[in-house]
Order: sequence, then C-alpha cells, then structure tokens
Amino acid sequence: MTSTIGLYVPGSSVLHRLPAGTKLLAMVAVGVLSVFLDRPWQVAAALAAVLAGYPVAGLPVRVALGQLRPLVWILGFTAVFHVVVNGWERAGVVVGVLAALVLLASLVTLTTRTTDLVDAVVTGCRPLRVLRVDPERIGLLIALGIRCVPVVAGLAEEVRDAQLARGLGASPRAFAVPLIVRSLRHADALGEALTARGLDD
Amino acid sequence: MPAPRSTSRDLALIATFTGVVAALGLVPAFLPPGFTVPITAQSLGVILAGAVIGARRGALSVVLLLVLVAVGLPLLAGPRGGLGVFASPSVGFLVGWPVAAYVVGWLTERGGATYRVSWGLVANVVGGIIVLYAFGIAGVAAVTGVSVEAALVATWVYLPGDAVKVVVAAVVARGVHAAYPGLLGSGRRSARERSTV
Repeated sequence: MTSTIGLYVPGSSVLHRLPAGTKLLAMVAVGVLSVFLDRPWQVAAALAAVLAGYPVAGLPVRVALGQLRPLVWILGFTAVFHVVVNGWERAGVVVGVLAALVLLASLVTLTTRTTDLVDAVVTGCRPLRVLRVDPERIGLLIALGIRCVPVVAGLAEEVRDAQLARGLGASPRAFAVPLIVRSLRHADALGEALTARGLDD
Repeated sequence: MPAPRSTSRDLALIATFTGVVAALGLVPAFLPPGFTVPITAQSLGVILAGAVIGARRGALSVVLLLVLVAVGLPLLAGPRGGLGVFASPSVGFLVGWPVAAYVVGWLTERGGATYRVSWGLVANVVGGIIVLYAFGIAGVAAVTGVSVEAALVATWVYLPGDAVKVVVAAVVARGVHAAYPGLLGSGRRSARERSTV
C-alpha cells in the first residue's frame, strides 16, 4: 500500500541500491557543509553535482524542476531581497544553495523506499532507549499512522457525500465535525484492537 | 519524547489524528475574493489536533505526520512531501506545528472539561498564530538569510487565512467536544477538574 501513495520511484540505479541510512547521513553531512559554500563557482558545482544525480537515478531533469516548483515564489522573494541588500553574487549563492539542498533531499526521497526509511528511523531511535522510549513502539506508531491516512481519507469521502446529499454545501463545520467524530470512533476501535493484542501489558 | 508510556488508546488517537490532519490537507484550497494566497485546511488540522485530543497526544500526532512526510508520503497540502520540504524556507512552520498543537492543547486543557469557544479562541490564537508565526518567520529568515522584517513581509499574506482558521477551529472543536465528550476531562487532570466543577 505504501508504494502506491509514496513518492518513491522504483529503479535499480546506484542511488537506489545505497542503504537508506547512508543516504540520510550523507544528506545531513552535505546540509552541514553547505554553510561553508560562499563562492558562486562552488555553489554552481554543488548544484550541478546534485542535478547530475537525477539522470544517474534514471529520473528525467523535468522531475528535478518539479521539486522546485512549489518554491518559486519564496525563491524569487529571497533573490530580490539579496540583490537589493547584498548584491547579485550573494543572491546567487543563497538561492543556489537552497535549490541544491531541496533537490538533494528530494533525490533521497525519490530513490528510497518508504519502508526502508521507516526502518532507518526505527534504527535511529535506538539511542532513545536511554529515555525509556521503545523504538519498536515508534515503528508501530508509524505503521498505524500510514494505515490511518487512507482510512480517514475514506471517512472524509463518506462525510462529503453525506454533506452534499443533505445540501449543506461547503460548510467547513458540517464537514470537519462529523469527520473528526467518526475518526475518534475509529480510534476507539483501533485502541481496543491494540489492547486485545496485549499492547498495554 | 513520550517518556510517560502511551496507552493503546493514546497510540490509536495519535495515529488517527495524523490521518485527520493529512485528510484536511487534501481538501482543495479555496481562494476567498481579495486574497492572493490560497487557504488550505491543513493548519486548521494542526490547531484541531491540540484542541481536540490535547497537548501531548496532539503534538505527537503532528510529529507523526511530519515523520510520514519525511519518509516519503506526500501528505502536506499540494500535495507535497519527502525530505525536500524540510530543506525549504517553510521548514520553520513545519517545526512550529507540533509546538503550536502543544500550546493550543495545553491552553485548551486549562479551560476545563467543557470546551468554550471564547477560551478556545484564545488558545488557538496563542498557539496557532503567535507561536506558529514566531517559528515560521524565524525559519524563513534563517533559511533564506533575509532580515526578520522581510520575513514578516513574506509571511503576512497567510495571516488573513490563518485568522479565519483560528475561528473555524474553535467552532469545530466545540462541535466535536459536544458530540464526543470526555477527551478533555480525561487523564491526570480529571480529579482536579471534577473538584472545581
């Protein structure tokens, strides 16, 4: 099910085969190091390197541009601000680094299975045992959350149909209240099912 | 984080409300006349998480949503998702979401076992606007390197929409608590709550 709603694009490239943990650590490392990029040629090189990752992963460059589309407005605003305050060079560096980091993070998402990332999260939570947090419980919670998304989306559809049938139009209250009450009843059943399976023991 | 062990019911409520916030992100954005930025119902869900299931569970359900987004589910309005959103300038709002849900929930719980719209509005404004915008504006300024004043200008366009959401959230929370009582009066505060009523 996760493969149908996730952003992962299946493939067999080098980037697909790298372990999820390695990719996440590399991404964090690049994020930290990006603070030290302050020359336009360095930023151009970083941007080119990240963009080159898309064809390596078998993804068209069109996909890379799609990752930046939601950011056009804020990137434009940032560029204008820095051109006015700090000049062209600084504007290019800031916007370039920002775009490179978003493209890199998206590349990790596109080439890593959701299940592998969940496992990496659970592994990464192991040190939290010191705080008496059970990583397996976190894994269970993530699995429950993934399951609840389509369940509640289904409830939302039913509620919307009922709302239209009764001619209530687009009232947010007439939609959200029954949706949440139904969801809470679903949570009751889910909680009882978990208790029945010995989760509170 | 969850140092006090969550019960099965807590886990179920947390996971289910993650679904609710995600579902509200799927509601098509609407553009009221005179507004330039579309309003989505997702941050309504964040406020409702605190206002309906309380501070701790509400904040955890928003954290869970962010984890699901990080592992590659496109659950943010748009639909958007993946690790890229955490490198974008709006990351401050995402980080502020669980805090906002916690503050809304904490204040709502202080209002007693019966939800009142007037007190709910106070809780929603403090958590859903003041706290959230503090994080959001700091995030825009930190990621893009613009001044705090410029970040204010970049984010104020969302304010009218969020003001509407604060009111809608209070009205919806009132309806939910009326139809499904017991969420606010439960837990460790119940004894004190009963003694004051």
